[in-house]
Amino acid sequence: MIRAALVALALLASPAFAVEPDEVLSDPALEDRARAISANVRCVVCQNEPIDSSNAGVARDLRVLIRERLVAGDTDQEIYDFLVLRYGDFVLFKPPFKPSTYALWLGPFAILFIGGAAVAISLSRRPRRPATKDTHLSTKEETELAKLMEEDKSL
Amino acid sequence: MKRLLFALPLLVALIIGGFAIWGLSGGRDPSALPSVLISQPVPQLDLGPIEGVDRPGLTTADISRMEGIKLLNVFASWCAPCRAEHPNLTRLGQEEGLTLIGINYKDKPEAAAKWLEELGNPYTALGSDYAGRAGIDLGISGVPETFIIDADGIIRHRFAGPVVGDGLKRFMDALDEVRK
Repeated sequence: MIRAALVALALLASPAFAVEPDEVLSDPALEDRARAISANVRCVVCQNEPIDSSNAGVARDLRVLIRERLVAGDTDQEIYDFLVLRYGDFVLFKPPFKPSTYALWLGPFAILFIGGAAVAISLSRRPRRPATKDTHLSTKEETELAKLMEEDKSL
Repeated sequence: MKRLLFALPLLVALIIGGFAIWGLSGGRDPSALPSVLISQPVPQLDLGPIEGVDRPGLTTADISRMEGIKLLNVFASWCAPCRAEHPNLTRLGQEEGLTLIGINYKDKPEAAAKWLEELGNPYTALGSDYAGRAGIDLGISGVPETFIIDADGIIRHRFAGPVVGDGLKRFMDALDEVRK
């Protein structure tokens, strides 16, 4: 009996979601958009967590604010712009592509290119094996081969 | 050429090591966020006064009318570091001739009034931000935060955390920088 109760409790236990019931919008489409936006926005208190799953006060305020703006008819981009205007690009988990982030976006490709170039150069420098080896069949081998082919046909 | 190639791993190790030393030294705080408000005018604020406190509320226009350097301090009575920095800010206001402006963040008016009565009220203007919206407009991540606003009404520095101890020293450095 106790064991069954424990199992039931364990099944009931689910990860704590930071979005609280009173925040959820009645319109499921808007709520989905709100969830998607919140997942992309960094909490400025607990910095490696999106506001969607953060329990910080500011994160809750931002979630409520995002929902208010969605209800007021803002587009997703308008909401992101609103947040960036106040908190900077840092609040976005995916930073925009602009001069100050060129190193961030292009760095990996630059390193890949340098590595690729290094491999290409070192391969091209390696001395090729002279292709002097005779690959032709000798007369003896030719006749042997012809004989075998004949045998094959007669089968 | 060949010899140079052999030195390459060492060079890479030196670069990475140097970066690590740079990152770990100099009291750098990797979690400190850059503020987008630096060199910008104060965002549009329109805050009513705190009920029961004898100070006017504040708007951005009010702030730009004030003369000299202003400290915009976001605080709350429920925040212990705010209590710790309060005497320092009060003293700074008096000794350095700075105008103190307060934003009472997510606080009950009666609690804020009691807090100010107990610790003293150095603020020229006090806005109540019960909903925390002004906090979002200022891009704060918590309380206390203090902004240094120059004579032209431009935000010059954002200081997150209490102005005490080492923080007070860094705050004074920032203030000297603004005064230059």
